[in-house]
Amino acid sequence: MSDRLSVLKTYKLYVGGKFPRSESGRVYEVTDSKGKWLANAPLSSRKDARDAVVAARKAFGGWSGATAYNRGQVLYRVAEMLEGRRTQFVHEVADAEGLSKSKAAEQVDATVDRWVWYAGWTDKIAQVVGGGNPVAGPFFNLSSPEPTGVVAVLAPQESSFLGLVSVLAPVIATGNTAVVVASEKSPLPALSLAEVLATSDVPGGVVNVLSGRTAEIATPLASHQDVNAIDLAGADDVLAKELEIAAADNLKRVLRPQPVDNWSDTPGIDRMTAFLETKTVWHPTGSLGASGSSY
Amino acid sequence: MASAFEYAPAPESRSIVDIAPSYGLFIDGEFTEAADGKVFKTVSPATEEVLSEVAQAGEADVDRAVAAARKAFEKWSALPGSERAKYLFRIARIIQERSRELAVLETLDNGKPIKETRDADLPLVAAHFFYYAGWADKLEHAGFGANPRPLGVAGQVIPWNFPLLMLAWKIAPALATGNTVVLKPAETTPLTALFFADVCRQAGLPKGVVNILPGYGDTGAALVAHPDVNKVAFTGSTAVGKEIARTVAGSRKKLTLELGGKGANIVFDDAPIDQAVEGIVNGIFFNQGQVCCAGSRLLVQESIQDELLDSLKRRLSTLRLGDPLDKNTDIGAINSEEQLARITRLVEQGEAEGAERWSPACEIPSAGYWFAPTLFTNVTQAHTVARDEIFGPVLSVLTFRTPDEAVAKANNTPYGLSAGIWTEKGSRILAVANKLRAGVVWSNTFNKFDPTSPFGGYKESGFGREGGRHGLEAYLDV
Repeated sequence: MSDRLSVLKTYKLYVGGKFPRSESGRVYEVTDSKGKWLANAPLSSRKDARDAVVAARKAFGGWSGATAYNRGQVLYRVAEMLEGRRTQFVHEVADAEGLSKSKAAEQVDATVDRWVWYAGWTDKIAQVVGGGNPVAGPFFNLSSPEPTGVVAVLAPQESSFLGLVSVLAPVIATGNTAVVVASEKSPLPALSLAEVLATSDVPGGVVNVLSGRTAEIATPLASHQDVNAIDLAGADDVLAKELEIAAADNLKRVLRPQPVDNWSDTPGIDRMTAFLETKTVWHPTGSLGASGSSY
Repeated sequence: MASAFEYAPAPESRSIVDIAPSYGLFIDGEFTEAADGKVFKTVSPATEEVLSEVAQAGEADVDRAVAAARKAFEKWSALPGSERAKYLFRIARIIQERSRELAVLETLDNGKPIKETRDADLPLVAAHFFYYAGWADKLEHAGFGANPRPLGVAGQVIPWNFPLLMLAWKIAPALATGNTVVLKPAETTPLTALFFADVCRQAGLPKGVVNILPGYGDTGAALVAHPDVNKVAFTGSTAVGKEIARTVAGSRKKLTLELGGKGANIVFDDAPIDQAVEGIVNGIFFNQGQVCCAGSRLLVQESIQDELLDSLKRRLSTLRLGDPLDKNTDIGAINSEEQLARITRLVEQGEAEGAERWSPACEIPSAGYWFAPTLFTNVTQAHTVARDEIFGPVLSVLTFRTPDEAVAKANNTPYGLSAGIWTEKGSRILAVANKLRAGVVWSNTFNKFDPTSPFGGYKESGFGREGGRHGLEAYLDV
């Protein structure tokens, strides 16, 4: 039996629905947990980060304006596509995290289930965190959550797939668009997730995936005036503080690194509410039978 | 415009309030001098009369107050919610009983009309304590999990535009959730916060649960930076808010910020003009325009611009500026000499940049800090008066042709606190409200507040919400 030489994949970034190489032309070596070469991933530059923000901003109007039902459908479609690529992800997660096939399979299954969980949230979160307020006056007012805008997501460093999806899905389920910085050491599952997103119905630009040095990419994102929020899950304490200071310049919403013992635990709604604004709309109520204005 | 009948003066009596010649800091249930003995004077902005001398807290005093709050936290947070609720209900009731006294005091120290302190500020202050009192024993039902915990010591820094109301917005939810507080009122309006200390005494509130530290910006900075403060809440300027965000970076302190705004008040061609004019006046001249959510940019549909401006100018000519204690006064004094200088500078810049300035004939009192209600027309989006928060009775008028243009112009600001929509068409209200990036949208009304309703900004107007169920989150470990 002659050994067939396998066809390797060139991993690329995912920006605005396209798969560009880094504009810098740089790559870095990604290895498995034993140091064996897996691929050369793009080493994103500041310019790549800025391009991703432009793409995310462009996609925001359409995505945030879509009905919650539609967003749920689109996200569920992603889960369907993920399931279809299960074998590929099991392989990548096993390599990335040094897990056995069965452990990696557990991670991938949990990830698909996590995605489905968030798909079901799109049209429920507004009822849970919004509603009518019983004001003391002839007014009707309603508080509704709205997405905050473009969110920079620093994916967790250790959990390359479940952790990634656990921080990305809540951001887009609520109507934000995302620029994701993949795990520095294990970016391949994130870059493959981008292929899934591209073949689902997620509009280009809603999710943008960058690989490279977290600190290098995160710095321009944290200080970017057109980024509305940042999730620091993948930053260590020193970097997190630096980024938080930069984020103060345009008062980004900041989700600080939270200790997560186990990404498999069912999440609460905090990761969704962290990137939601509350808008309260007031309207006078008519007083039936009274003279004067009727509005 | 000369009127056929003049109003007779109708002054509210100031004898109801007894202002002492000096006040201390309120720490651990006692009034005390500042460690370094520093004091400052607080004046009535309407007359420049010195009302009292107030101790000025320094770093050592911040240490003492935070330590007192920390000590009190143990017992206060362990109290059953139903007991904390009763303290808050007591406070609410005492505020109602003393509301005339507090309204007069607020008017004296702040310069705002008695009409507003009496009819808007004080009822809302009491309402906030009532509202959050009821939450204290129901926190497990608030949607933040089964056992929401308080954060600890809250450091709170509030502005001078609504001194008592901002105190209520900060203290009521903090106490209801089991936190203890150290609050710094603004240097120009410390008196009602110090009287609130007496309300706490009457309510029998345990020592150290509420501490009041009058002082300037450096006092606030020391409080915000104090390592034993777990939660920082600030209402004030965007510049200071950013500085605070940098200060707490990398710490575990929870932060909420209520900052500036440049609210758009959008009037469509089918709006009821008379009601819209009232809403515009209320939106920018309430509290002399010293309101973060003021509707300081009027966006009027081009086809009704002339008609609306005529009505608006006619209405402005009937506003009465003068003694804030007079019950007929609509526009009181600007809070401080410094604020008056800021307004004056920005208005002069507006003129220099080519905007057209208009004010009704208006007699300005000889003493005190005053600014006549002012309109700017011929304003473009690039003008400073259309971009910078003026925080005074100054309205910039811009025009638009289509709803899309109105939305684009309304959102063309780094702020995102408030907006107004005036139209008879319900579907247009909903469509436009949906597209506005602002935390509160008033349709066919303006400047309405209620303790049950979350309030707070998008973008550089800050983060977090005050009021309602949402307001609890800022003080809970969630």
